[in-house]
Amino acid sequence: MFKLIPRENVSPVLSLLGPLFSIGFTMFVGGILFYFLGVDPFAAIKMIFWDPLMSETFSTYSIPQIFIKGAPLILIALGLSVGFKANVWNIGAEGQYIMGAIFGASFALSLYPLESFFIFPTMVLMGILGGSLWSMIPALLKVKFNVNEILVSLMLVYVAEQLLALASLGFLRNPDGAGFPGSRNLSLYSSASNSELIMGTGIHLGVLLSLLMVVFFYVLLFRHSLGFKIKLLGNSPKASGFSGDNPNKLIFLCLTLSGSLAGLAGIMEVAGPAGQINIDFNVGYGFTAIIVAFLGRLNPIGIFFAGIVMALTYVGGELTQFMLNLPAAAIQVFQGMLLFFLLSFDLFVHYKIKLKGKK
Amino acid sequence: MNSKIKNTLFQCRAINKEFGNVKANDDISINIGNSQIHALLGENGAGKSTLVKIIYGLLQPDSGSMTFLDKEFLPKSPKDARAQGVGMVFQHFSLFEPLTAFENILLGLDKGIGEKELHESVIRLSESYGLEVNLSSFIGDLSAGERQRVEIIRALIQKPKLLIMDEPTSVLTPFECESLFKTLKKLASEGTSILYISHKLKEIADLCDTASVLRKGAIVGEYDPKKMTARELGEIMVGQPLFEPKRPVATNKRKKVLSVKINEVKPDTQFGVTLKNIDLEVYQSEILGIGGVAGNGQEELMQILTGEKKARSVIIKYLDYNVEMLNPRERREIGLAFAPEERLGHAAVGNLNLLENSLITDPKRRFQKNMGFINFSELNEFTNEIIEKFNVKTTGASALASSLSGGNLQKFVVGREIEQKPSLFIVNQPTWGVDALSAANIRQAIVEIANNGAAIILISQDLDEILEISNKVAFLTNGSLSTPTNTAEIKTDEIGAIMGGISD
Repeated sequence: MFKLIPRENVSPVLSLLGPLFSIGFTMFVGGILFYFLGVDPFAAIKMIFWDPLMSETFSTYSIPQIFIKGAPLILIALGLSVGFKANVWNIGAEGQYIMGAIFGASFALSLYPLESFFIFPTMVLMGILGGSLWSMIPALLKVKFNVNEILVSLMLVYVAEQLLALASLGFLRNPDGAGFPGSRNLSLYSSASNSELIMGTGIHLGVLLSLLMVVFFYVLLFRHSLGFKIKLLGNSPKASGFSGDNPNKLIFLCLTLSGSLAGLAGIMEVAGPAGQINIDFNVGYGFTAIIVAFLGRLNPIGIFFAGIVMALTYVGGELTQFMLNLPAAAIQVFQGMLLFFLLSFDLFVHYKIKLKGKK
Repeated sequence: MNSKIKNTLFQCRAINKEFGNVKANDDISINIGNSQIHALLGENGAGKSTLVKIIYGLLQPDSGSMTFLDKEFLPKSPKDARAQGVGMVFQHFSLFEPLTAFENILLGLDKGIGEKELHESVIRLSESYGLEVNLSSFIGDLSAGERQRVEIIRALIQKPKLLIMDEPTSVLTPFECESLFKTLKKLASEGTSILYISHKLKEIADLCDTASVLRKGAIVGEYDPKKMTARELGEIMVGQPLFEPKRPVATNKRKKVLSVKINEVKPDTQFGVTLKNIDLEVYQSEILGIGGVAGNGQEELMQILTGEKKARSVIIKYLDYNVEMLNPRERREIGLAFAPEERLGHAAVGNLNLLENSLITDPKRRFQKNMGFINFSELNEFTNEIIEKFNVKTTGASALASSLSGGNLQKFVVGREIEQKPSLFIVNQPTWGVDALSAANIRQAIVEIANNGAAIILISQDLDEILEISNKVAFLTNGSLSTPTNTAEIKTDEIGAIMGGISD
């Protein structure tokens, strides 16, 4: 029989090896999966992890794409990680991401075709507001009635998806769109467009903000007393109360902060790479960001690298889709495995395994 | 062999038990004679519990042998130990609260006896040993003393030749202690040997014939507690000279620091205690001791005093401030300091390092002044000061709190509060589970700040501690507080009467 014994001190090396090992294992088991799908596993793995960075044919397109796909992941994961540290589990970032996009886009499109400098910044603020308001619903229910925030935030994702459909088919539908679903293209509305910062790359303001936020959150978590309060709450609500903090205020703050960042990611995406509100606007960044947050060990620097790795699987996954005809779902399984293996390896990071001797 | 032992009932030879790298029992040999009350003395972590768990079959020794009733003895389980004639009463009771006393005794039996027959023998036992219990009352309604009697009956019903008692008096009032001692002496006179574990030296002198002292897992020696002073025994236990802190000198011209009036405060959970009729005052340079058995409202009172729980019906006046609606941080900012009972998870957090633990009660936000940014260099300095002044044994300020032993963490927690130089320090169980030397140091530090003008409220279940350093004492019984009396004027039997209000 085996016995698990908690480690007294978790070594930083082990804790870093966990994510690396889980990436390795995902490649291995993913390769087996690809083999049974009738694809050369080595070619597929190489195409996901190597070609986007190194191949001459793809890299000029795909390296900026990695940052573009990584930006929403990093933004959302940063917000989520703060809550996770406080034991506050916002699972509904996907919904807050959608609501940020709908709020911001609705504001901008309501002014169309007015051109003014204030539209873009106000639209961004509206996006943040949309995400944070959506996250305030689970926050208020949690704080006032002790309702489980996991369930509420998750279920609100589906509500947000319905609202997204309503907006695309109804109140935001492009009047000049010949009846097709979807709003006007924001990138063609210059006052509201989240345009390229570097010509020809697609790198937009959201990418820059995601990098700035990494620094901001690092300082917040490790240098500021608010970060300490959040950590204290997550470790011991009783000690948090003894310290003089109001746990409810902190829970509320954590949820709205993560909602705000998801909303910011949403508005950046809809006004930039996506361009318009449409039924298929959300592609699961809000859920994938949960994996990113854990893969990055809830540490802002870690989240940056985890976001990049995860974006790589998106970009590489797209490559395998049209080069090797791998189904999109196979890539999602691949991403899910990453979290699965990470959590499995964490068992070994936090526990020692001992063989129980015979009696 | 000790000449007093006519014939040996139980003997263990060279018992060794290791946990990881720690030798919990190092070559331990003891003899227990027939009809003997044998004390096992030692500080926390000296190895007492490990040894009795081996005797009771809960643990297996790494090496060594035992004989019991002239036979080889190595119980594989408590059931096995009971069958061979060893009974044990634990410090923490293992009774089912929703069941009656009788049902609990019935459930504890290893082999079936008819209910009627059992009832008769229980009555016989409780009468002949003075173990009065109402058999049909529910355990939940019984006092700690009564619950312990149920446990003792449960052990005695199996007619043990050796009865192990693990710190039995830690939950009892002085009156209940006396009746327990009568029972134990009668048992011994009728041929049952008792292995009595405690670190209360006075009661051992009262009760026991022989005392084996353990230190760091090894036997230091066997002594006659009746021929030694408590202090001498204490020094053997600790391995170095002890000093006794003196209570602060109360001067006459003193300011009133705190007054608290509580009419009634209901608990948050159904298991809590309702606080009622509490009226207390503390002056400068004064230690007010609040005694009482655990679970009589200590925790609830502490929460009201720290501000973790606020109630409108409470009036707390600190100097010229009304503080009842302030949160703990706001109270700290005007000069209060608190050290709650629970070290890990309340006063300190195991997963955080000592630096971060210093931040929990950051005085006047000394280290967060700059727009909330943490000043790590000053924080480091402060934390190292605590470690140095209070002799906290640790690898450094960045060590996790969970890596410290209980006593060292307690020194850190008390030190952290004392270093803030509070005008009022409220502390619950400052030396619980702390070794004797550290305990004396902690008490000394508390007395020192009182001598420098601070007012202290000392909540403690350790009566000796309260009598040793308090100027005034009051007792919590069922959530209400007795009128504070000068320590010098109080008599021990009065204390028993006040504390025993619950059951006797």
